[in-house]
Amino acid sequence: MHMADALLSPAVGATMWAATASLMVYSAKKLKDDPDDRRVPLMGVLGAFIFAAQMINFTIPATGSSGHLGGGMILAVLLGPHAAFLVMASILTVQALFFADGGLLALGCNIFNLGVFPCFIAYPFIYRTIVGEGPTKALLFTGATLASVVALQLGAFGVVLETVASGISELPFASFVLLMQPIHLAIGVVEGLVTTAVITFVWQARPEILQMAQGRIDRDFSTRKVLAGLALVALVTGGIFSWFASAHPDGLEWAMFHAAGQEELEAPKGAAHAALAGIQEKTAFMPDYAFRQGDPGEDDGEGVEEPWPAVSAGTTAAGIVGGFLTLVLAGLIGFALRLAGRSRETVTGA
Amino acid sequence: MTKVETALGSMSMNGLDHGVTRDTLTGSIDPRARLITTMVFIIVATSFGKYDILGLLPLVIYPMVLMALGTVPVRSIAKKLLYVSPLAIFIGIFNPLFDSRILVHLGPVGISGGWISFATIMLKFVLTVSAALILVASGGFDAVCQALARLKVPNVFVSQLMFMHRYIYVMTDQASRMVRAHSLRSFRRSGMSLRVFGSLIGQLLLRTLDRAQRIHTAMVSRGFTGEIPLMRELRLAGRDAAFVVSWSALFILVRLYNIPLWIGSTLMGVLS
Amino acid sequence: MSHHIVEVRDLEYSYPDGTCALNGVSFRITHGESVGLVGANGAGKSTLLQHLSGCLFPAGGTVRIGDFPLTRENVHDVRRHVGMIFQDPDDQLFMPTVFDDVAFGPLNLGMPKDEVEARVMDALNVVGAAHLMNRPPYKVSGGEKRAVAIATVLSMAPDILVLDEPSAGLDPRSRRSLIGLLGNFSHTKIIATHDLDLVMDLCERTLVIHNGRIAADGPTMEIFGNEALLEANHLEKPLRMQGF
Repeated sequence: MHMADALLSPAVGATMWAATASLMVYSAKKLKDDPDDRRVPLMGVLGAFIFAAQMINFTIPATGSSGHLGGGMILAVLLGPHAAFLVMASILTVQALFFADGGLLALGCNIFNLGVFPCFIAYPFIYRTIVGEGPTKALLFTGATLASVVALQLGAFGVVLETVASGISELPFASFVLLMQPIHLAIGVVEGLVTTAVITFVWQARPEILQMAQGRIDRDFSTRKVLAGLALVALVTGGIFSWFASAHPDGLEWAMFHAAGQEELEAPKGAAHAALAGIQEKTAFMPDYAFRQGDPGEDDGEGVEEPWPAVSAGTTAAGIVGGFLTLVLAGLIGFALRLAGRSRETVTGA
Repeated sequence: MTKVETALGSMSMNGLDHGVTRDTLTGSIDPRARLITTMVFIIVATSFGKYDILGLLPLVIYPMVLMALGTVPVRSIAKKLLYVSPLAIFIGIFNPLFDSRILVHLGPVGISGGWISFATIMLKFVLTVSAALILVASGGFDAVCQALARLKVPNVFVSQLMFMHRYIYVMTDQASRMVRAHSLRSFRRSGMSLRVFGSLIGQLLLRTLDRAQRIHTAMVSRGFTGEIPLMRELRLAGRDAAFVVSWSALFILVRLYNIPLWIGSTLMGVLS
Repeated sequence: MSHHIVEVRDLEYSYPDGTCALNGVSFRITHGESVGLVGANGAGKSTLLQHLSGCLFPAGGTVRIGDFPLTRENVHDVRRHVGMIFQDPDDQLFMPTVFDDVAFGPLNLGMPKDEVEARVMDALNVVGAAHLMNRPPYKVSGGEKRAVAIATVLSMAPDILVLDEPSAGLDPRSRRSLIGLLGNFSHTKIIATHDLDLVMDLCERTLVIHNGRIAADGPTMEIFGNEALLEANHLEKPLRMQGF
C-alpha cells in the first residue's frame, strides 16, 4: 500500500522526507566506504528485475487471487541492507514519477515504510538470525516469511500513523489499524512464500551467488547488537497486531478482498459493498463515532481549526459561482496557450 | 495484463517518457527549476485545510498551463490518474461515513463535511499526481536524474537510478517472453503455481545477475573506475529563476487568498 | 607500430566450478590483420575474447597486447588499446542517451569536454548514427543499436577491435551494411562468430577453436575448403561455398 500525497499534511510529509533522506545519505556513505565498482550496475539491474518480476503473477492456492514479488526482502538478501535500501528508494521513485503511485511528497513516507522496515529491521534481525550460516529449506522458509510479515506489518502501521498524524482522513485510529494490519498480514505471507521460492531456487541452482552476497554483507553490517532491542519491539508489535487482527474474521475477509483488489481493479462490486458495509457496522459501535454524531458542536478540535469560509447561504452561492468561474478561466488560459502553440508550430513548419 | 505491464506500455507508447522534448517551452527550463517548482506546488496543495476545496481550485492552473505549453500527452496523464485513483478513494471514502455534520446547504440539500473533505482529497490527488507526471513528461526521466545529481543527491543513488530506468525495458521484455513461453505450454490451466513461479522468477534473477556481470565488463572495458561521468552541462539562467519565483509566488498567493470566493462575491455584488 | 600486435601463448583458463575453458591456446596476430574466430558453442571463443579485453586474467600462459603483457597492473592500458564489442548491444549501451553512451569512454579517459564532443560526433558519423544522438538506446532498432555499440568503442580510438557475434540478430540488410562498415576499418580485427559467410567477406585469416585449443590456423579459404576439418569441429561450409 502506497501512501498518497492527498492524504498527507506537509509537516508529516517533510518529517518523513527528512528521516528518509538522512538514511539515504547514510547508506550511500556506507557504500562509499567499501567501494566495489560492480555494485552500481548490479543495483540498477536488480531494481529493473524487481519491476519485471512484478509483472508475473502467481495464483494463491485455494483463493483464486494472485500475488507477486514485493522486492524489499529479496534485495536485502542479495545486496545487503544499505544497497537494498537505495534500490527500494529508486524503485519507489520511478513508481511515483511514472505510475503515479503515491506522489512526490509521500515518497519520503513510502521509502520509509517499504524500505527501512524490510532492509534495516526485518532482514538483519529476523531473516539473518533465523537463517544463520547454514541455510536449510525450512529455515529459509521460516526466515523469509516471518521477515516479510513483520516488515509489512510495520510498513502498514507506518501508513496508519502517517495518515492519522496528517489529520486529513476521518478514519479513527483503531478502525484504521484494524483495516490495514490484516490486509498486510495476508500480503506479507504471500511475499514470504514468493521470496522463499525464489531464494530456494537460486540457492539450489547457483549457491555461490548467495554465499558471495553473504560475504559482502558480513563486511557491511556489524551493528547488530545496537539494534537488537528494536527488532524485539518490532516483532512484538507486529505479532500483537497480527494476532489481534486475525481474531476478527470480518477484517480478514476484507483483507483478502483487498489483497486481490489491488491487483485486479475490476473486483466484483458486490464484494466491495459488502465489505464496506461490514466495516461501517463494526465501527458504528465505537464510542467516538457516536460522539461525533450526537454532538456536532463539541468536536474533537480539528474541526474547529478548519475554517470553512462561511456557512451562510450567500457565501455558499458566491463560492460555487467563483469556483466554477475559476475553473473556466484556468481552462481558457490552457486552451489559449495550446492554440498559440499550434499556430506557432504551423508558422515555423510552413 | 498486470499493472506494471500496462503502465509500462503507456509509458513508452504515449510518449510520457522520452528525452527529446527539450525543445519545448517547459522542457527547456532547467530540470532543477522544474523539480523545485513541483515540490513547492505539492507542498502548497497539501497544506490546504481538509474542507478548503474552494481555495484549492485555482491551483489547477499549473498543470493546465504546463500541459498546454509542453507536448505533454493529456490523455495518457488522465488515464494514469484514473488508474491509480482507487488508492485515494479507498481511504478518502471513509470521510463521508465518519463526518456527517452538514456544512453547506444547497437549497434543500445539505452537504456533509465528509463529502467536502472527500472531494478535497480527490482534488489534491489529481493536482499532486499530475504535477509529478508532468515533471517527467516534460523533459524526460534523464533530466530528472541530472537535476538530482546537481542537487547533491548521492552519486551511487543517481547512477543506479539511471541504470534501473534503462534496464526496466530490457528486463520486462525478458519477463514477458518467459511468461508467454509458460502460457503457451500450460494450456487449460490458467494461472501459475508457486513452484513454477519460483523457478521462473529465479531464472529471471539468474539472467539478471549474468547481465549485471556483462554490463560491468562493458563498463570497465571502457575505462570505468567507479564514478559515472556526466557531460551535459546545466546552467541556471535568469528564466529558470523566473520560472521558480513566479510560479511559487502564484501558489502562495492562492494559498493566502481565497480567489474563487473573491471572484464569486465580487460578481454577485455587481449583479445585485 | 607494435601496439597493434596480439600475442597469446599457452593460454589456460578454468572457471571457478572447474570447467576447463582454454587449454593451451597460442597464436599471434599482427598489425592490420583481420582474423575470424570460429568454433562450436562452448568451444572457448567467449572466454578467449574476455582475455583479449582484459576482463579475465590468464591462469597459465601469457597474453600480450602491443607492448603490454596483460596483468592486473596494466589492465587499463590494455583496455585503452582494445575495443570490445559485445554480442548483446543492450549490455553495452547502458547510458540514458546515445550521446552519453558514446561519450562514456572518452570521459573516463579524462579528455577535455570539447575533444570528447568531437570524438563522439566523429564516431557517430563513421557508423552513420549521428541523427540518433539524443535518443535513448532502447528506442533505436537492432541494427542501429549495433552501430551505436561500435561507435562507443570507436570514440576511444582503439588499435584493435574485438567483436563477439557482430551479426547476431541483424536482418540481412543491416548485416550487409555492418559488413561494409567493418570492411572500411583499418584496425586490427578479431571477429568471433558463427556467421562463416561474414568471415569470408571480412577475414583473410581464420582460427578454429575446439575444446579450448586451436584446432586450425590459416587462410580463410583454405580452412573453409577443408570439409573434414570443418566436420570435426562442428562447423559447416559457408552457404556461399556449398553449391560447389
